[in-house]
Amino acid sequence: MKLYCLSGHPTLPCNVLKFKSTTIMLDCGLDMTSTLNFLPLPLVQSPRLSNLPGWSLKDGSAFLDKELKECSGHVFVDSVPEFCLPETELIDLSTVDVILISNYHCMMALPYITEHTGFTGTVYATEPTVQIGRLLMEELVNFIERVPKAQSASLWKNKDIQRLLPSPLKDAVEVSTWRRCYSMQEVNSALSKIQLVGYSQKIELFGAVQVTPLSSGYALGSSNWIIQSHYEKVSYVSGSSLLTTHPQPMDQASLKNSDVLLLTGLTQIPTANPDGMVGEFCSNLALTVRNGGNVLVPCYPSGVIYDLLECLYQYIDSAGLSNIPFYFISPVANSSLEFSQIFAEWLCHNKQSKVYLPEPPFPHAELIQTNKLKHYPSIHGDFSNDFKQPCVVFTGHPSLRFGDVVHFMELWGKSSLNTVIFTEPDFSYLEALAPYQPLAMKCIYCPIDTRLNFIQVSKLLKEVQPLHVVCPEQYTQPPPTQSHRMDLMVDCQPPAMSYRRAEVLALPFKRRYEKIEIMPELADSLVPMEIKPGISLATVSAVLHTKDNKHILQPPPRPVQPTSGKKRKQRATDDIPDCKVLKPLLSGSIPVEQFVQTLEKHGFSDIKVEDTAKGHIVLLQEAETLIQIEEDSTHIICDNDEMLRVRLRDLVLKFLQKF
Amino acid sequence: MAPTVRSAWIQGLHSLAQHPGALGFLADLGAVDRLLTLQGDPSLFVVTAAGQLLVHVLGLALHNCGPPCGPPLDPQWPLLASSLLAQLEEALQPASTPQLLQALGVLTNAFTSCPAPWAPALWGRLRPAMTCLLEGQPLQAPHALGDLLLAVARSPEVVVDLGPWEMLALVLGRLEPSQGGQLALGVLQLPECPQALRAQAFGVLLQPLTCVLSTSTDAPGLQELPPSAVGGSASLDLLLASRSACVGLLCCALARLALLPPLPWRPSPWPQAFLLGAVVAVLRSCNGHVPISAAGGRLCAALVGCERVQRAALDLLGALAQDAGPPELVLEVCGVLLEHVDSPDSSPTVLKKAFQASLTWLPHADKKPHPCGLQVPAQLFLPELLQVLRKRLCSPSWEVRDSGLEFLTQAASLWAGQADFRQMLQASEVPPLARQLLRDPESYVRASAVIAVGQLSSGGLWAHPGDQQGSPLEGLLDMLDTDPDAFPRRAILQVLTAWLRDTHGPLAAHPEPLLARAFQAAGRDPDWEVRARGLELAREFLVQTLGRIGVPCPYVPTPLLDTPPADTQALHPACRTRLFEFVFPALFDYDRPVARAACELLLLLRAQTTTCATPPQAGDTPDPATVEAALHCWRTGEAGRPLGELVPQAVLAVLQALDLDDLRGTLADGSDHAEKSPLSLLQDMLAAAGAQGHNQVDCY
Repeated sequence: MKLYCLSGHPTLPCNVLKFKSTTIMLDCGLDMTSTLNFLPLPLVQSPRLSNLPGWSLKDGSAFLDKELKECSGHVFVDSVPEFCLPETELIDLSTVDVILISNYHCMMALPYITEHTGFTGTVYATEPTVQIGRLLMEELVNFIERVPKAQSASLWKNKDIQRLLPSPLKDAVEVSTWRRCYSMQEVNSALSKIQLVGYSQKIELFGAVQVTPLSSGYALGSSNWIIQSHYEKVSYVSGSSLLTTHPQPMDQASLKNSDVLLLTGLTQIPTANPDGMVGEFCSNLALTVRNGGNVLVPCYPSGVIYDLLECLYQYIDSAGLSNIPFYFISPVANSSLEFSQIFAEWLCHNKQSKVYLPEPPFPHAELIQTNKLKHYPSIHGDFSNDFKQPCVVFTGHPSLRFGDVVHFMELWGKSSLNTVIFTEPDFSYLEALAPYQPLAMKCIYCPIDTRLNFIQVSKLLKEVQPLHVVCPEQYTQPPPTQSHRMDLMVDCQPPAMSYRRAEVLALPFKRRYEKIEIMPELADSLVPMEIKPGISLATVSAVLHTKDNKHILQPPPRPVQPTSGKKRKQRATDDIPDCKVLKPLLSGSIPVEQFVQTLEKHGFSDIKVEDTAKGHIVLLQEAETLIQIEEDSTHIICDNDEMLRVRLRDLVLKFLQKF
Repeated sequence: MAPTVRSAWIQGLHSLAQHPGALGFLADLGAVDRLLTLQGDPSLFVVTAAGQLLVHVLGLALHNCGPPCGPPLDPQWPLLASSLLAQLEEALQPASTPQLLQALGVLTNAFTSCPAPWAPALWGRLRPAMTCLLEGQPLQAPHALGDLLLAVARSPEVVVDLGPWEMLALVLGRLEPSQGGQLALGVLQLPECPQALRAQAFGVLLQPLTCVLSTSTDAPGLQELPPSAVGGSASLDLLLASRSACVGLLCCALARLALLPPLPWRPSPWPQAFLLGAVVAVLRSCNGHVPISAAGGRLCAALVGCERVQRAALDLLGALAQDAGPPELVLEVCGVLLEHVDSPDSSPTVLKKAFQASLTWLPHADKKPHPCGLQVPAQLFLPELLQVLRKRLCSPSWEVRDSGLEFLTQAASLWAGQADFRQMLQASEVPPLARQLLRDPESYVRASAVIAVGQLSSGGLWAHPGDQQGSPLEGLLDMLDTDPDAFPRRAILQVLTAWLRDTHGPLAAHPEPLLARAFQAAGRDPDWEVRARGLELAREFLVQTLGRIGVPCPYVPTPLLDTPPADTQALHPACRTRLFEFVFPALFDYDRPVARAACELLLLLRAQTTTCATPPQAGDTPDPATVEAALHCWRTGEAGRPLGELVPQAVLAVLQALDLDDLRGTLADGSDHAEKSPLSLLQDMLAAAGAQGHNQVDCY
């Protein structure tokens, strides 16, 4: 069993598992942190961004000044943002049979895999994952396509040139493989390859393995996967949460008794408690608005935003914010808010029971009804007519490199009354803000990551007790900035195996059994013999029939009597396996003392016994014969005396059982 | 027999054994032996009750026979006491653990209750058995033994002897550091104690903190410590053995140390720098900041996010504020407090403790400069604290908003007079935020906001230059009428009373119409505590209008009776506020505390007015029938005002018509006085007899 690790990002995994005869890709996350190296794409012409000075090398050569721009001491690529794809060279991706998706954040690289690698398999995901994943992709494509940029920078990617660039461009990895965003057509084509599944649904893959999605508690429709054969079980835990938020709670019990547990997608901010962060978010939001400032919340169109809106629903009246407008701006805002209300079966129990009342499960419906929350596809159009300040704006993209958020950063960045509150943990907020410096607006970092922290992982592992744990290398050591925090790493016995990008792991686990069915008529013909109390053996002569990874023992065909014609005879011998008369199988051990006594009874004298490392040697000095008795073999070595050998053999066989 | 019956039997004996004459009776009956047997009872209640009775019997026997006769250490013991002690001494054998524990418990209590002259004799008698017990291996019942020795050490007659000190030192030395904390605290709480033993005990308490600080690269004040406080790596390993052990040990040590600073006889020299450094290190570890060492990493892993330790450490930090410390450590203390107040991960209870500790570390208005001449850098700390408070008042968690308001109230009451504080507070947005919280959805928060707003107003901290909202008084009175919860309404009356006491407060000018509204609202409030607080307000108003009635301050030199009696004219302001329309019905309130408060108020008023110099003029006084009708209305809660608007003469007439002394007596009775009366018992007995149909009494 092998694991090919195609992504180094612990929360945006992409791994390929070769298990039995199947090749299974586990998630295909897209690392978008590469976009932080690019200049933002402004929706409205920004004189500041368009007039940034070009960057030149130390020796004064300015051939890169069209591609690289300098802003507040940082250098950015002035081009369409590009993404860092999973490894495509480590394994031939056309051999991948299936792709299992665990949540909508972990499928963003899907079009690159399904459309450009020769992939011909099936993708499995739950319905909310697909629908919300589609929204995320649609938003991404929209954000990038609506600000067309003629220029495409490639010079800087030259390895010799990249070496000369300042950090972080100098340290960016695999820049040659970075790709532009996919098109909507590619998205549609990729999504058409998805087959929808429900929690606990068992899906047979070629009869060899069975895969089952389980609720992971992190997002709408998010799943962990069980991949099992008759005798082996691999659990894939990706992006799970034990907190009580909107999705269905995590199914932990089904993860028990795994041979291997592949653990990815833990919280990116293990030191921040989500409850405390929500409190910070609300307090800072209220303080800003009370002072007449605006609040900007860069976010994804789905996920934590539902919980934030629910919190604000409870909070705004008590904080005296009832008259403050909340705007949600995204090309998919409407769909996201509506989709969340219809996936009742994927929600937590409380929200499910609301549906039967009937009430909308999320209170943002009421916020929309009372006009406290308004949503728009973009800043253009209706929004510009309705826009009132002070206000709170939720919009994307959290990287601050594209989307409507770029406009608000440009608009509000100069006033210290305004605040930008970062809630998404995927991007370093300092790096995200770099092209907007100098910035007067306040910045608050309240990352809300509900995924498992290390204490929860430790409890989970104690509970489900896998034989082996495999996880990204980042989880096997404390974070580099807090190297003393031994509590911020996966702690289990035996220690977890770690992987990194472009690594192939042989999983520490060997397949020892295979299930084979026996046809009833063959079973009838067996004559078991009890060799130990409770253990019976029988010899079987049969034909092993294998089809679709299922093995069946069938009775051997009866030897056909040769009737006529040489040709026919020849065919018969071809079909029938070589069924020679089998020697009986032996079992048991030879007690040396009794064996010697028996030899003496049968007239052998001058017997000498020697102990060896593996057993004993019985020496019949007179007969010049040696009997070598070992655990799994007995040899009689005599000098061309077949009679003696047969006699001795029969004496040895007296001590063994035959069947 | 059920444990309750055994327990009741002992209670019965206890009641019987109040008279010395009963002792002989009990002894003859063999009750003392039975009580000793009951020390092994499976029911804890029975064991405790039996132990208490044994102590009582011993005390009574000794008390009964007067001071000891014969040699001081071997006097002639009363027979009952002697036989009882002999049996207890027998139980002080190392082998008999359950009896040993019980005997030690009885003897500990005996030392606290036996007549003082007998204490040295008792100690002299027990000493050999105790010495024998201390020689046992392993040490039996060390905690109970320690308690007994502490009880002995607390007897002033015994401490001239060195015996208990030596034994205490021995026990303390034989206990593990994790076990000896309670005994060490007991030793340190003794006002008089040999210096060496005190140092030994202090060392035991300090040892866990020494371990914590030893994991840090920077360990201030270690040289100040007694040698017994410095543990080796073995103690550190013990501390870090498991998370629960580490947390438990640290919590106990921190809580015990927090009791020491206020003691006049606290250990000297006091290792202030060490303690500050250690507490800061503990709090930092709880927040995940670790000193660079492997042991520090392990300690941090055990303590990170542990609220129990955080709370105990913040308590100790607050207690340590009565002394200062090196300036760099004071800065660190301020930093760590700010970290806890600001951290989003601080739970509401931790936050509350952090606020409380911050209050103690900020300079008091009337506090002299610290002995070392260093002031807490309040100029830096306070503005940051107010910034955080601003954020905390906007928190979605009501506990956090509540703690923030409490802090604001206390800070405002402590430093309202300080110009710097006034300036900083008024420059922050905290006062308007506090006022906004008067509309909070959570009733506790509204109540705290009322108190905070009241404090800000009376401290003159309200007058923000840009504040257009004016005095919050009207808003509070509206709340008193409309708030659906009792807590804010109670708080409003508390604030009004405080304002009324304050001659420069918001109620100083023209209080009558506002008070009239308050009395009216309090009178019809469904919550008895609101009505009781309304009566406090009424009393305060009467104090001010009639001169000093009652004795508001016990240290006022002029006795009450010397004050001139009130003029009926003086009752006019009270009548205008319709105070008596509130107080008279309250006299018949179904809730006894309200009725009692009203009764006390009227009694004081009567004392002031019965000797009234100006007799009521004929024609002004209402006739007795009308007064009676009015009383009937108030008693039954019926509507109707037979006396019309109460004028001073009518008030005096009602006062004279009421038998307030009798009413006070009735109200003083407990609610179960009827059931406990002999009459009720007799009725029960008769009823039981009647039900059985026999002419015999069998009550229990």
